[in-house]
Amino acid sequence: MRLIKTVSKINLVVAAFIVLISVIPMPAKAKAKTVTSTEMIEEATALDGKSVSYQGEVVGDILYRGDHAWVSINDGENAVSAYVPAMEAKKIKYTGRYCVTGDTVSLTGTFHRACTEHGGDLDIHSNKVKIIKGGYAVKDKSSPAFLIASIIMFPCALAGLIIVIRKKASYNKACRKGSIIRR
Amino acid sequence: MTVEKPINKFYPISYFIGIIVTTLGIVQFLPAVVSLFYAEWRIMEIFLLTASLTVLVGVSMTFLGFRYRNQKLSFGEGTVVASGAWLIGTLLCALPYYFSENCLSYLDSCFDVMSGLTTTGLCLIQNMDHLSNGINMWRAILTFVGGQGMVVLALTFLTKGQSSAYKMYVGEGKDEKLFPNAVSTSKRIWLISLLYLAIGTVVTSATAFQAGLAPDRAFLHGMWIFMSAWSTGGFGPMSQNVLYYHSAPLEFVTMIFFIIGSLNFALHNAVLSGKHDELRRDIEVITFTITLSFLTLITTFGLMKNNVYPNAMVMFRKGFYQLVSAHTTTGFMTVYAKQFYHEWGDIALFAMVIAMLLGGCACSTAGGFKAMRIGIIFTAFKMEVKNMLLPESRMQKQKIHHIKDITLTDSMVRSSFLIVMAYIITFAFGTLMGMFAGFPFSMAAFESASATGNVGLSIGVTSVSMPAYLKLTYLIIMWLGRLEFMSVLTLGAYIARKVGKKCA
Repeated sequence: MRLIKTVSKINLVVAAFIVLISVIPMPAKAKAKTVTSTEMIEEATALDGKSVSYQGEVVGDILYRGDHAWVSINDGENAVSAYVPAMEAKKIKYTGRYCVTGDTVSLTGTFHRACTEHGGDLDIHSNKVKIIKGGYAVKDKSSPAFLIASIIMFPCALAGLIIVIRKKASYNKACRKGSIIRR
Repeated sequence: MTVEKPINKFYPISYFIGIIVTTLGIVQFLPAVVSLFYAEWRIMEIFLLTASLTVLVGVSMTFLGFRYRNQKLSFGEGTVVASGAWLIGTLLCALPYYFSENCLSYLDSCFDVMSGLTTTGLCLIQNMDHLSNGINMWRAILTFVGGQGMVVLALTFLTKGQSSAYKMYVGEGKDEKLFPNAVSTSKRIWLISLLYLAIGTVVTSATAFQAGLAPDRAFLHGMWIFMSAWSTGGFGPMSQNVLYYHSAPLEFVTMIFFIIGSLNFALHNAVLSGKHDELRRDIEVITFTITLSFLTLITTFGLMKNNVYPNAMVMFRKGFYQLVSAHTTTGFMTVYAKQFYHEWGDIALFAMVIAMLLGGCACSTAGGFKAMRIGIIFTAFKMEVKNMLLPESRMQKQKIHHIKDITLTDSMVRSSFLIVMAYIITFAFGTLMGMFAGFPFSMAAFESASATGNVGLSIGVTSVSMPAYLKLTYLIIMWLGRLEFMSVLTLGAYIARKVGKKCA
């Protein structure tokens, strides 16, 4: 009788464990393959529809489309776009452009070689964006060498241009007066 | 009273090249203004410096030949002016890329400038997603000026009624006269382009704004994308090109603009003057429609055979966009370069190569064989077959319609054949060089067709890591293709003669 009770308890614990692991969402990252942009482009057929993990710098603009947004992520080889919920995209503070390094993000989602929802675009659909490293902006600094050279050259070019225009005007005037004969 | 003596033609050639180079220098101040507006100080200083330097070189050359500016140039000398200006212009316009360190070498900088000026669109520029607004503006200006023609620009703004103007105009690969005078023709070409620039920038910016860009970014991207579409250039401000926007309306709008941009300026002029019927009757429009239809069928078959896209709608959106982009020699892409090689299959790639070689219309911003020549060759072929079946007394002269009815002559057919042959030989040479560099035939042929036809679609060959000799080969091919061979060959012969005389 005690044995039956013990077995029942064990069964109960096992059943509870099974219920627990089926209820708690397991992170998809565990299954997802970490890929580079080049792999996604060159092995698109093999990766199509699979769960992938991708990491890189957010570049350009965040293109909001209703409750979702397009985010371009460049891993140093190519940029690949991810379609993410707008709320997730709002977590991104810096997007890469001139003198700005964008946030480095990581995301896991489904890779589409030719997404039927988005006109055949190669993309990743993801529900979560994780900021790995914050971006930053740097001030564009003037270069003393270029500054000095341009300060010297600009008036010279302007003077040359004015001389040519004036010379041309006086030449045309002389031609009209007949003091120069054109052959 | 002063009487000018007949003089060595080097001086008037120097004068005209100087005028064109000066114009290019003045144009370089525009990106400086954009950089100033966006507080890109270093880029602004670079553009101020390079623009001043270019103006100084141009002004010096103008001074050198100033006294002899009214000397009449022969056709050969006119073409030397055009190709010489393109060569010197490329060397000077490459400086901003080189100084800004966006290109890794001066050769890469020259490659990108030649690609822009010839409206090709292949690029070696680095870190494109972090380019400054000034550099992006410069890229757009290069394609816009190159599309209309830098000689055409100089004729418009800096000279009046020069007797040599038409010869230089022809030397730049345009032989259509919209007006009896080349200067008036150039002015009309720029008027048409600026009219479209105004309309196109508004439409494309609105579409970019709708796609999710902030208003100022939408304006800049809209303007650059339009300039590139109209000039059939293919430069995009982001590394993903048109794919970056994920916008069907933007794809549609750009497609309309690059089709319009690939039409003959004479046709634009006729339509804007109220002759709408020309759109239906013109031999170039008819030829372009027929070749595009056939190539669409082949591409569709190829894509279907390989099961590249999951449904017909997606296949049309991807397949047709890339094909029209190839046929109009634009080079805008909504797929990644390597996807062509890995996914599209040989049949679709074959259609793309043919489309890139055929190209758009003559006297347009497009490259390739040109629809006019294909139309002439096809009509001549049809006439030959027809005449073989008729008795000699009933043999007829064939006419083609381009703005007016034109009787097809042997010289027209011969010259069309010659130019098409020159394109084919150049394409074959480019393919061979690509294979020497270790690329498979399909990749080498695709990239060579893209460079020869001034298209800009890439299958992944063009990159900073490709050998220097291949970069140089594509650079020369782009130049040859844009100026339609004769000008560059004449310049080569002119330089060889000058060097020969010095050595003797």
